[in-house]
Amino acid sequence: MSFFTSQMRSAFSTSSCLLHIQTCTRLRVVDNSKIGKEAMQAGKPPKVIHVYNKKRKADLGDRVLMAIRGEKKKGVVVGAKHKVQEVLRPRFDSNNVVLIDDSGNPLGNRIYVPLPMSLRAKKDQYNKLISIATRFV
Amino acid sequence: MASWSLTQRGLSRGLRLSASMHASYGRRMTSSLPEHLRKALAYSAMYPDLLPEPDLTRRNYVREMLERQDMLSRRRAIDIPEFYVGSYMSITVSDQNAPGKKNTFVGICIYRRNHGLRHQMALRNIVENEGIEMLYDLYSPIILEIKVLRLQKRLDDDLRYLRDALPEYSTVPWDMEPEPHREQGSVPVDETRVIMKPRPWTQRWERKELKGVKEWGLEDRFFKRAVEVSKPWEKYDLMKEYRCMVPLEDQYVVWKEVEEHRKTIEEEHKRSRRRKLLDA
Repeated sequence: MSFFTSQMRSAFSTSSCLLHIQTCTRLRVVDNSKIGKEAMQAGKPPKVIHVYNKKRKADLGDRVLMAIRGEKKKGVVVGAKHKVQEVLRPRFDSNNVVLIDDSGNPLGNRIYVPLPMSLRAKKDQYNKLISIATRFV
Repeated sequence: MASWSLTQRGLSRGLRLSASMHASYGRRMTSSLPEHLRKALAYSAMYPDLLPEPDLTRRNYVREMLERQDMLSRRRAIDIPEFYVGSYMSITVSDQNAPGKKNTFVGICIYRRNHGLRHQMALRNIVENEGIEMLYDLYSPIILEIKVLRLQKRLDDDLRYLRDALPEYSTVPWDMEPEPHREQGSVPVDETRVIMKPRPWTQRWERKELKGVKEWGLEDRFFKRAVEVSKPWEKYDLMKEYRCMVPLEDQYVVWKEVEEHRKTIEEEHKRSRRRKLLDA
C-alpha cells in the first residue's frame, strides 16, 4: 500500500523541477583543489549564494559565489543539466563547477571532466583554466 | 470492403508508429499491401524529417513545398545518411572556438524531433565518466559531416531513459570506425535491455511502457500506480491516430520527389561512401 491515498494525492500537485542553477543549488566541484575535494568527500557540496549576472540563473561559463566548508569561494559553471536542450549547447549529467580566485585563476591544477567548447571564447578571462583542461566537447 | 478498411487502418498505424512497431507490423501485413504503399511505409520510417507536420492547424502547403526544396538541396550539398534512433553516429560541425575550427561529437542517437527544416536529433555519450548530450539541427549549414558508425535501431523510439540507466549503456568509443552494413535489406535491431540506476530519475520511466529496460530496481507500488494512471484505451482511438498522421495523398507528393532524389544524388553518395570504406 502506498503512503498517499488517492484523495491525498489529488489534494496537492507536484511538478518536476526546472534544473536552473540559482541560489541554494548544490554544485559538484570537478577540480582537485583541496577545499573542493574535502567538501565533496564530506558529502557537503558547495551551495550557490550568488550568481553574477542579471538573470540570477547561471549558464555555462557564468561565475557564481558559493558557500563551501564555511568559506565563500567563487567558481565558474562548466557543466549544467539544462531541462531545455538547445542546439550545440552540451547537456551534462551533473552541475559542474571549477573553483577560481578573484582574478579568475583556478584553485586546483587538474580538471576531471570535459569542458564545453564555448568556454574557449572567454579566453581572456579564463586562460589558466582552459590551459589545464584536458578535454573539450 | 472489410479487408480494405483493415489495410487502411494498419497502414496508417504503421506510418505513425515506431520503427520497431513498424517492423513487427511489416511481418504480418506488408505482404498483402500493394507495392507503392509498401514503399511509402518504408520511406516514412527512413526519412521522418521530410514529412510535414501532421497537425492540420499548422500546415501550410506553400511553405512545406519551399522547405522541401531547401531540404533536398541541402541533401545534395552534403551526404545525410539514413539513420534511426539507436544508431551510433559522429557529427562534425564548424566551430569558431575549437582548435582547427572543427568540433566532432560521437554518440548514440537518443531522440529525433520536429518536422521539415527544423528537424533535430540528439546524441549522447559518456566522456571521461561524464554523460554528455548534444542537440543538432539536421539541416544546419554549419554541419560539415554526418557519419553513421553503426546503423541499427533499438527496442524503443525514444532513448532518453539512458540518462538514468547505468553508464555502460550509453558509452560509444570515441575512435570507432564506421562499420560496413548491407545496403539492401532490413535494418538490424539491437535488443540490448538496460539496467536502471536507483531513483531519483529525470522522469517516471516505469509509466512509459518501455521495452528496452531489464531491471528497474523499484518497489511494487510504483508499478501499481503506473497501472492506475495508464490509458490502455488510447490505442483504439481512431481519431487520435488520424490526427497523428500525414494523409497518404500528401505523402505521395513528398515521396515522388524523394524517389527522384534517391535515383540520382543518393546513389552517388552511396558510391562515394563505399569508395572511402575501401580506401581506408
